[in-house]
Amino acid sequence: MSEQEPIIVLENVCKYFGEFKALSDVNLTVQKGERIVVCGPSGSGKSTMIRCINRLEEHDSGRIVVGGKELTSEVKDIDAVRREVGMVFQSFNLFPHLKVLGNLTLALKLVREMPKPEARETAMRYLERVHIPEQADKYPSQLSGGQQQRVAIARALCMNPEVMLFDEPTSALDPEMISEVLDVMVELAEEGMTMICVTHEMGFARSVANNIVFMDHGEIVEANPPEEFFDNPKHERTKLFLSQIIGH
Amino acid sequence: MNFDIGLVFESIPKMLVGLGLTLELLILSSFIGLVLAVITLLMRISGRWFLVAPAVTYIYIFRGTPILVQIFVIYFGFPQFEFVRESVFWPFLREPFWCCILALSLNAGAYVSEILRGGMLGVDKGILEAASALGISKTQSFIYITSPIAIRLSLPAYSNDIISMTKATALASTVTLLDMTGVARTIVAQTFAPYEIFLSVAIIYMIMAWMIQKGFGMAEKRMSRYLKPAAG
Repeated sequence: MSEQEPIIVLENVCKYFGEFKALSDVNLTVQKGERIVVCGPSGSGKSTMIRCINRLEEHDSGRIVVGGKELTSEVKDIDAVRREVGMVFQSFNLFPHLKVLGNLTLALKLVREMPKPEARETAMRYLERVHIPEQADKYPSQLSGGQQQRVAIARALCMNPEVMLFDEPTSALDPEMISEVLDVMVELAEEGMTMICVTHEMGFARSVANNIVFMDHGEIVEANPPEEFFDNPKHERTKLFLSQIIGH
Repeated sequence: MNFDIGLVFESIPKMLVGLGLTLELLILSSFIGLVLAVITLLMRISGRWFLVAPAVTYIYIFRGTPILVQIFVIYFGFPQFEFVRESVFWPFLREPFWCCILALSLNAGAYVSEILRGGMLGVDKGILEAASALGISKTQSFIYITSPIAIRLSLPAYSNDIISMTKATALASTVTLLDMTGVARTIVAQTFAPYEIFLSVAIIYMIMAWMIQKGFGMAEKRMSRYLKPAAG
């Protein structure tokens, strides 16, 4: 089998917020079907990095290539990338004024120009995939956090992305709801979805990730498969982080 | 001097003769004002300096001057200029009714556009990011996401403005129009009982304000049904 073209490439990416260097020469390659977990202390640039991938943030230098298309400030390039990349946010960001079904079908109708019945059918299919089809006619405010996040995942999946980005998807959830969301993410991974996940859930990382990327101060300090990463961390900073996070 | 409460209640039906004109002034200028407000808002948020500058100037002038002065400038001032008297708008601008509509509409447009902008700024940025991430364009986002939410957020302030407008229509009486206040002033001139007469017209304005408030309250409730119910 010939070497596959990686689905995401970040090459020497730098990003500044004013004077502050948020990303410092970040290099990352993601193959199709890979599951990458990104971890690190607060302010390390993890969210900034994945937000650069779908242009919610603009990188200042370096190259970002998604699905073979380079990400520039051209609107059509940005749109092309966003069609391939789905994102799930820490604060769910569901549209409050639309019911669950409406949340899922809005982009289908506006972006894919799908007719209503087809959009509805697609939406129900993904709602079933995240195990909450009965919530279709509720408003987001009537759902629990775990259910809302699953709706958010279904909403992103409806657009049939090649890659899913997760920005601390369980950080805003009560502990008892974390597993219902992680379970959905594990199922996605098992189905072969390419995923980049910023998370503190190390159990999830250990069982699902192909590669764990540790970031600190805007740099990728270490990137290794889980066994190597947890059992044999190379850098001091990584060891420090792991000792802080895996105590309890 | 004794207070003739009977006169207060007798006069109410007489005042209602002016109600038609009051409502005409209110409804027409509110409607035109809303259209102006939306146009002004779009200009203001366009980011293009040649649209933003006129919008901001317009808002500044009409929020910065009393409506009474605006009416006087249009009704008394404009006819001084030959180009106004000879323009195609003259049949309108010579009529006190249209002068009032012009002043009230321009005023409403300025205030309401800022109210709508306030509503817009209240929309959670996170959901707009989610829309971007889904590939929804900025225009589509504005129509399907920002607008419904901004309108709901604007309702309390907007209802406030409508009630202000109701009272502002009373200024039409200063340029010969017989709205409710105009009728009241006429009756006062006949009966020499300003206290009772103005009290009765005040009662009618209060009832109108109460009805407007109730109506908007119902609209707000309806538009807020998707919000999280208060804890407890």
